[in-house]
Amino acid sequence: MTALDAGPSAAPKTYFFNDPVIRGIVYQIVVAAILVAFILWIIGNTAANLAAQNKTTGFDFLWSTAGFDISFTLLPWTRASIYWQAFLVGITNTLLVAFIGIIAATLLGFTIGIARLSSNFIVSSLATVYVETIRNIPLLLQLFFWYFAVLKTMPAVRASYELPFDSFINQRGIFVPKPMPDEQFIFVWIAVALAIAGVVALRIWARKRLEATGKRFPVFLSAIATLVLLPLLVGLLSGANVAFELPVLERFNFKGGVQLPPEFLALLFGLTIYTASFIAETVRGGIQAVSHGQTEAAQSLGLKEGDRLRLVIVPQAMRVIVPPLTSQYLNLTKNSSLGAAIGYPELVNVFSGTALNQTGRAIECIALTMLVYLTFSLITSAIMNWYNARVSLVER
Amino acid sequence: MTDIGFVRSELVPAKPAPNRTSGAVVWIQKNLFATPLDALLTVLGALFLLWIVPPLFNFVIGHAVGPMGTVEECRAIEAGACWAYIYNEMEFFIYGFYDIPQQWRPNIVFALGALLFVPLLMPKLPYKRLNAALFLFVYPIVSYFLLAGGVFGLSEMPTEKWGGLLITLIISVVGITLSFPLGIVLALGRQSSLPVIKTLCVAFIELIRAVPLITILFMASIMLPLFMPQGTTVDKLLRALVGVTLFTSAYMAEVVRGGLQAIPRGQYEAAASLGLGYWQRMYFIILPQALKHVIPGIVNNFIALFKDTSLVYIVGMKDLLEAVKTKNDSALEWQSANTATTGYLFAAMVFWAFCFSMSRYSMFMERRLNTGHKR
Repeated sequence: MTALDAGPSAAPKTYFFNDPVIRGIVYQIVVAAILVAFILWIIGNTAANLAAQNKTTGFDFLWSTAGFDISFTLLPWTRASIYWQAFLVGITNTLLVAFIGIIAATLLGFTIGIARLSSNFIVSSLATVYVETIRNIPLLLQLFFWYFAVLKTMPAVRASYELPFDSFINQRGIFVPKPMPDEQFIFVWIAVALAIAGVVALRIWARKRLEATGKRFPVFLSAIATLVLLPLLVGLLSGANVAFELPVLERFNFKGGVQLPPEFLALLFGLTIYTASFIAETVRGGIQAVSHGQTEAAQSLGLKEGDRLRLVIVPQAMRVIVPPLTSQYLNLTKNSSLGAAIGYPELVNVFSGTALNQTGRAIECIALTMLVYLTFSLITSAIMNWYNARVSLVER
Repeated sequence: MTDIGFVRSELVPAKPAPNRTSGAVVWIQKNLFATPLDALLTVLGALFLLWIVPPLFNFVIGHAVGPMGTVEECRAIEAGACWAYIYNEMEFFIYGFYDIPQQWRPNIVFALGALLFVPLLMPKLPYKRLNAALFLFVYPIVSYFLLAGGVFGLSEMPTEKWGGLLITLIISVVGITLSFPLGIVLALGRQSSLPVIKTLCVAFIELIRAVPLITILFMASIMLPLFMPQGTTVDKLLRALVGVTLFTSAYMAEVVRGGLQAIPRGQYEAAASLGLGYWQRMYFIILPQALKHVIPGIVNNFIALFKDTSLVYIVGMKDLLEAVKTKNDSALEWQSANTATTGYLFAAMVFWAFCFSMSRYSMFMERRLNTGHKR
């Protein structure tokens, strides 16, 4: 809505500088010129500054030895690894915490959001207090709290608290048994894959039958049964066995098992609890956006409670929920960068922190870091837009 | 008229009073024990409350050491929160390293701010324009010279010494006042029909929104000095302000865009048909309506910005949270089992108080401005 849409008003009487079309072009040329000049000025300054500091630029440093330790990695990492690998380690660590965090925050958020709408006074008040408290406290503060005030004040290794299932918690994190499936276990995985395929086929068949004959098939129950029974049966028949490597206290630390370091746990708790409070509000808004008439209409059709929710209310609520939910997922991924503050080796910590400090390649490191988040953003929004298009209102 | 008249000869006996529809018992039945599931949830909720409330109460109030307590009391085994530590370090939490004899200067700034800001929030008070002009244009300049000194015989106080709540408030107030107009301009640019301007605004908004604030602050902290001519030093506070403002303005732009899109096309056309120029149309017709639509979004952004100020440790500023953390780690004379927890609890309460009041105020404004669209 600019001067342009005044329409074809280029009447001969007006002066050329009052012509909105010409004016628009002039504005744009001026803005572009200022921008180009500004960028050139910055490039010139940067080049001069870098020259004065005798710094080189370029991405060649990615192939030189990094020579620092990373406390928690999914990929193999030694001091002899190169910066390129550090970059990948940072990305995978970010993705790990973001992925688990998104799942946990979604579950918790939906629970709290629905609880806020409960007619039960205690349940809805607890949910309200949760949301109003957590939303209004900075995430960084919550991370500090979980890390420094909770996990770091756990007892020393020798005085670890024992948790169920041979797990232990102490200053160095949580130690849980590590499952060690034997060779026969491959059959179980195949059975799981077959069961999933079978359930998908069953669902398609049941739907077709429902549309053709109106007869229902208990898809959900049979799916659960298939998913549990088939792998179990195969497991028993093939003699597959899972051994557990238990964490055992040795002289200075636990040996064996899986160690979840406190940095990871604090970041995961913080992100989950914080994001869940926002997801809860999104869910509440979405459900409230479905008018009560829809519930009544579904009741008058004689739908059962479960069908009413599944077929009428939830699909309409999801339309409202999905777009803001997408931003919450993105926020969680971006917020995982705060792990840098408590020493979780995620992308910003490893790459814009340690690698940058060691190499001094500020522009390259920050640019690569930003590029990764930009890619995450684009992929997440692409997936969610696809989903959104599937569930959105189809209008004639 | 006819003889088939009927007149009741005796009164119908009074019916028993209807079941109660209000009162405590009915309320409890309806809100706590409506269904078996509800009853179960109520019991579970009550158990949860019993589990969490007494220890929490004991920690914060019951067994807590009051502001006048001693560190020995804080170190007692059953002691709760150590408020004496907060009381003792309060100066640092509010002013950071600001010289103690000079603390009257931030105090005046706080007082002036409250004096100008509070009336601005009350819709009933007159002289809004003058008030706003004083707050937006005169107050920042006066505050800057008061805080930084170097003129009128005030001793110079480098921004490195500012800290605590002072820095938190400075960054959030400046960030809010700068990012709001910048966000509006970006939103208008995004809606513009001039392709160059539109592309620039879209690129800026999308790029900034896709990356975490922490990387923007990294950029401001490490790259801003590189971008400037040789020999220029960029103040750390300025770096933080640039980072926070750029970041928030991109989010603000998207909120405002939502409002602009909610305005029916007829309003744009009506404004154009009145013969108003572009800026007049926007200022008098479109923006007032658009901004009214998106007050909740705008305030949410402000709340987010206020919380995000806690990230300025990246550029080396000690805001409230950093001040608290520094003391938690370094105040050896106050070390006890609960010192750190108390510190974080205090910071959380301060942040919570600010954010919660902002959200309540926005609800109040929403109701007040909700004119004419009621059915």
